Amino acid sequence: MNKILVVAEHDGKTLNASTARAVNCALAIGGEIDVAVFAVNASAVSTAAGKLKGVKRVLKVERAENAHQLAAVLAPQIAKLAKDYTHVLAPSTTFGKDLLPRAAALLGVQQVSDVMNVIDATTFERPMYAGNAIVTVKAPAAPCILATVRTASWQECGTGGTAEIVSVTTDAAVPAHTRFVGLKAEKSDRPDLQSAPRVVSGGRGVGSKENFAVIYKLADKLHAAVGASRAAVDAGFVSNDLQVGQTGKIIAPELYVAVGISGAIQHLTGIKDARTIVAINKDPDAPIFQVADIGLVGDLFQILPELEKELDEL
Amino acid sequence: MKILVGIKRVIDFSVRVQVKKDGSGVNTDGVKLSINPFDEIALEEALRIREKGMQAEVVAVSIGPAEVQQQLRTALAMGVDRAVLVETGEVLQPLMVARIFHELTKRENADLVILGKQAIDDDCNQTGQMLAALWDRPQATFASKVELKDKTLTVTREVDAGLETISVDLPAVVTTDLRLNTPRFVKMPDIMKARSKPLQTLKLDDLGVAKAPELEITNYAPPPQRVGGKKVADVPALISALKERGVL
Repeated sequence: MNKILVVAEHDGKTLNASTARAVNCALAIGGEIDVAVFAVNASAVSTAAGKLKGVKRVLKVERAENAHQLAAVLAPQIAKLAKDYTHVLAPSTTFGKDLLPRAAALLGVQQVSDVMNVIDATTFERPMYAGNAIVTVKAPAAPCILATVRTASWQECGTGGTAEIVSVTTDAAVPAHTRFVGLKAEKSDRPDLQSAPRVVSGGRGVGSKENFAVIYKLADKLHAAVGASRAAVDAGFVSNDLQVGQTGKIIAPELYVAVGISGAIQHLTGIKDARTIVAINKDPDAPIFQVADIGLVGDLFQILPELEKELDEL
Repeated sequence: MKILVGIKRVIDFSVRVQVKKDGSGVNTDGVKLSINPFDEIALEEALRIREKGMQAEVVAVSIGPAEVQQQLRTALAMGVDRAVLVETGEVLQPLMVARIFHELTKRENADLVILGKQAIDDDCNQTGQMLAALWDRPQATFASKVELKDKTLTVTREVDAGLETISVDLPAVVTTDLRLNTPRFVKMPDIMKARSKPLQTLKLDDLGVAKAPELEITNYAPPPQRVGGKKVADVPALISALKERGVL
């Protein structure tokens, strides 16, 4: 029987929704599912993880060094815990991407990145070439399988679980060569880009940091998160955490509104799982229109205010 | 100090990659090949560290067939001091690549290894982290700013929540994100100069690196196509199309 360990992503207080998506992938593999919470004090996050559907046990791994989720610190602990499991999963977020390959190398395992689909317990589908190819890969079962889970491919698993919460210690030696200095997070009351059901994104066509106000306004009307193309981030219109695409966030909202975004392959790969894509662009030949379910050609500075007005009247 | 930079030859980012009909791979015939964009950023960063007055030798390393010399020559033209090709005809996966780099860090007595955060062909995003694990050294992945002082690197990392800063002791592995720098253009005289710079070839089999476990790739398929292309005339039509799809 498979025994699957899912590494929880959290900020010390709240369980990140990507964890529930990784658990859903674990459910598709099938077997006993445990979630590991590495923290100084893991109580609140463990309680949340214990409610995820299908989780049998939550392992609280508490030690002072676990304060900042550093890969160099967590990987040796995961490598120790992995001995009892057939699979170790983590979400394919910057957290999981940083962490899991380090644990895999310690175990001598070739990791599977960005699992989109589970064929069987050792066979998975994953994207390559910015999503232009979907490959089927078979991973050696021994000593165990390590995989990151492409969060846009998986819904969050439900809640209602009643997992047992247990404290676990490992005798893993952790290094002191890596130190956390700080985190500069953009404060925002808007929905989280990675999990929001609606996203409004702006691109180079928005023109400036000041002009991005029109994107925020429309997003607020739609209760949507705000995203951006690489061009908009590179130009300094918005911060890096809003970037959607091959090297930014891969998202799968119900509604994606692309404003002033031409639609480079690298951007499209980040949104192709969206249920409905709307494109607003003044260039009728922009590649974004080829994938958009609804396209509107025109000047975004005229269309957006009009759209807001119409939305108000609904 | 000695800085190793890894470069991988990949299908150019501007090429629309096509899966072969028989599912055995992707079309590479006549397709433009270039240095992985993240690796160009890695090269640029190593050169900037040297140009800031740090006594440093910058060595570009690539693994692949003999033709990869072309990309290594580009790296030499950009300004690296010398290049090493680990020659193999096989397509290697990240754990094996990390093992090879680990062997080279020992041979070269490297202080810093800079790699791209991912290669845009397999999109794995693993090699730097794996090398750091095998080497038992720090990793600073997804770097958008690197500051070196004495034997300590302060690195700003692009993470989902924003920008994280960590401090790591050398030797260390850094992987580059897009906004770390803008790589320089190679000038004609530099290409000429690069011809006389040393490019060493090592056979993979002579390195004594144990073969790493691999994933077996059993099929390549094109992604499901989105059928888009529908356009509406104005905002009211957009609203009704959204309602029709049940999103409003």
